[in-house]
Amino acid sequence: MSSSDVARQPVSDGARNLSLSGHVGFDSLPDQLVNKSTCQGFCFNILCIGETGIGKSTLMDTLFNTNFENFEASHFEPQVKLRAQTYDLQESNVRLRLTVVNTVGFGDQMNKQESYQPVVDYIDRQFESYLQEELKIKRSLHSYHDSRVHACLYFISPTGHSLKSLDLVTMKKLDSKVNIIPVIAKADTISKSELHKFKIKIMSELVSNGVQIYQFPLDDETVAKVNTAMNGLLPFAVVGSTEEVSVGNKMVKARQYPWGVVQVENENHCDFVKLREMLICVNMEDLREQTHTRHYELYRRCKLEEMGFKDTDPESKPVSLQETYEAKRQEFLVELQKREEEMRQMFVQRVKEKESELKDAERELQSRFEQLKRLHADEKAALEEKRRLLEDDQSSFGKRRAAAQLLQAQNLTANGKKDKDRKNSGFL
Amino acid sequence: MSYGERFVSEADRNSSIMGEQQKNLEGYVGFANLPNQVYRKSVKRGFEFTLMVVGESGLGKSTLINSLFLTDLYSPEYPGPSHRIKKTVQVEQSKVLVKEGGVQLLLTIVDTPGFGDAVDNSNCWQPVIDHIDSKFEDYLNSESRVNRRQMPDNRVHCCLYFIAPSGHGLKPLDIEFMKRLHEKVNIIPLIAKADTMTPEECQQFKKQIMREIQEHKIKIYEFPETDDEEEMKLVKKIKDRLPLAVVGSNTIIEVNGKRVRGRQYPWGVAEVENGDHCDFTILRNMLIRTHMQDLKDVTNNVHYENYRSRKLAAVTYNGVDNNKSKGQLTKSPLAQMEEERREHVSKMKKMEMEMEQVFEMKVKEKIQKLKDSEAELQRRHEQMKRNLEAQHRELEEKRRQHEDEKSHWEAQQRVLDQQKLEASKTLEKNKKKKIF
Repeated sequence: MSSSDVARQPVSDGARNLSLSGHVGFDSLPDQLVNKSTCQGFCFNILCIGETGIGKSTLMDTLFNTNFENFEASHFEPQVKLRAQTYDLQESNVRLRLTVVNTVGFGDQMNKQESYQPVVDYIDRQFESYLQEELKIKRSLHSYHDSRVHACLYFISPTGHSLKSLDLVTMKKLDSKVNIIPVIAKADTISKSELHKFKIKIMSELVSNGVQIYQFPLDDETVAKVNTAMNGLLPFAVVGSTEEVSVGNKMVKARQYPWGVVQVENENHCDFVKLREMLICVNMEDLREQTHTRHYELYRRCKLEEMGFKDTDPESKPVSLQETYEAKRQEFLVELQKREEEMRQMFVQRVKEKESELKDAERELQSRFEQLKRLHADEKAALEEKRRLLEDDQSSFGKRRAAAQLLQAQNLTANGKKDKDRKNSGFL
Repeated sequence: MSYGERFVSEADRNSSIMGEQQKNLEGYVGFANLPNQVYRKSVKRGFEFTLMVVGESGLGKSTLINSLFLTDLYSPEYPGPSHRIKKTVQVEQSKVLVKEGGVQLLLTIVDTPGFGDAVDNSNCWQPVIDHIDSKFEDYLNSESRVNRRQMPDNRVHCCLYFIAPSGHGLKPLDIEFMKRLHEKVNIIPLIAKADTMTPEECQQFKKQIMREIQEHKIKIYEFPETDDEEEMKLVKKIKDRLPLAVVGSNTIIEVNGKRVRGRQYPWGVAEVENGDHCDFTILRNMLIRTHMQDLKDVTNNVHYENYRSRKLAAVTYNGVDNNKSKGQLTKSPLAQMEEERREHVSKMKKMEMEMEQVFEMKVKEKIQKLKDSEAELQRRHEQMKRNLEAQHRELEEKRRQHEDEKSHWEAQQRVLDQQKLEASKTLEKNKKKKIF
């Protein structure tokens, strides 16, 4: 059934009241609506939370009179897990797509602080998936398989004293996300008087801890009376069994003990029939409606606010969806541009840095070159000096030699003359 | 949804989902009561319906509405559209609250005084389109609010279009109007004042109209398919008589002892609710008793969704090429922006990589150049050094030679000098000797 049918409310301000002078026929409208829903089929999702072995699967089997495939879970799961199974049921001409979600390993770990988290996550995931579908541009809500959890049966251990702290913590986390219906499991282990005290204790603990469990609705006169009575009998103490025992001349669902037979459908023995009445026969539609109009709307509101959507802009003027999307898109485009600019700038910066680095290196090289040149010039000058010195030496040596040679030559000629003279003088 | 249909959903992180099973129940469970629960809730909530009536003045629109709902919606105090003709086409609505059998219906009748009455009727459908769109817009905005409370549904669920009984076919205005509105609202064409035609003329006229409607590919409201054979037979009967030829009347006349609504003529009484006389009963049954809910559903699931997706696509893709966006309408605008952001990030990464590459390459080039000139410098320096060294050595060699020469010559000189000295000494001796 399209959930959007549920949210629309006719507002009859400004309308004239007119009386009809005959049978028009629009009193068939509810039938038209019901026929359509019946054609489409209904869907219902139940979440069962409770410790391992407390009787969740057995109760589901008993409630829906069928044998769902169940696994016996071990006590050694490291983390709480959720297992969902979907079934198509039919009763007379009504088709129901039922999804049963069981917690596996709840309450088994040593440290149970995070036990509620997988449950909360699962519920949120279903809301999220519906929200995503609702926000799509091309969407098909009327054929969408609604997987949101409509009811949560919380199984309380029949200790007879009070709620465990795990129970309180978990229920507190879930009460704003899902319709919680607490049930006392394995009620055949408590006596009537103990049960009465237990129920009172549980309800007062829930109230004093501010846990909001699901209240059966009182606004419809046809069911207000029975709902009020049932509200006073919460939480229901249930017993589940798929085995049949012969009582009198009938076969009934029961548990056989040496001291007697606990009949599941006997209202003196347990509240099973009441639970079935309330959960399925009378208030199933209300559970679905509450999930859609309260829990889902709350989730949606929080999510949209998180994403930055508002109904009014800073000047408290109403903002339409288009304006919001357009504004977001503008923001988005500006952000992208900014990023691009930043990246470019960063590159420009790097290029500049590198350029100056390289320039420094070039300058250094240049100066080295200059230095070497100077060195070379110095050496050359020194060499030139030496060469000049040598040339001076050579020329002075040359002069000496030439002078000596001249002298020798003179001497020789002088000696020759002398000899001649001597020779000549020898004749004297 | 059919029996044994396999339903596969995504595997959640901490849960495993088994396929669905078909179960047979072995006893009383109680959810067969669900339809009753739905019934109760819907009665409590009440219903609403918006009906639009379009046609030239004088075609009997107000009379028909009064006859349909068996009430004086239009009366002297609240005159019908034909009595309120304005200069331009107006779109006005009247809201009435009626109750029957415990069921409350908020009925809104939208009428269009002045439609088709001017001399120049081009664009006279525009106010109608604007009205329908504005109702869609209102609903879209209230649906999209963060805080949603009541969402009143003022969208137009059905449009009764009155065709004048000319007997010859549709007028250009009729065709234009229907073509422009058939994708925004459920159109039910009616032949007005059907008591001006004989049954044969009426048959002809109807055939002609349906032919023209098909020719122009106009999509009038279609009855939904059902699995039920009985219903299908009924639907087929209705389909054969489209468009419905109707007669309306505000007066009650006595015919054969019965009080009926009808029009009194000298030659007889045309009874409104007589199936042989006109199709009024079929219209009423179809519009109110059997298909009212479906009209609302089609408006919600088809016409409104079309409007919404066009509107949101325009917002998301303002400016972007339409062809590109056709395949992407399965996301919400935000998801679309997310994806664009991711695309942009990867585009930027690519650009960054490219720029990085170019940068590296240029740097490498420059460094290479520097290295080359350093090497060149080094080489030249080496060369010059070697050169200088060679010159140095050469010079040293020359000097050595020079020194050698000098010392050699000096040695020679000393020898010579020594000889000279000896010689002169001998001479002196000889001279001394000679004297004696």
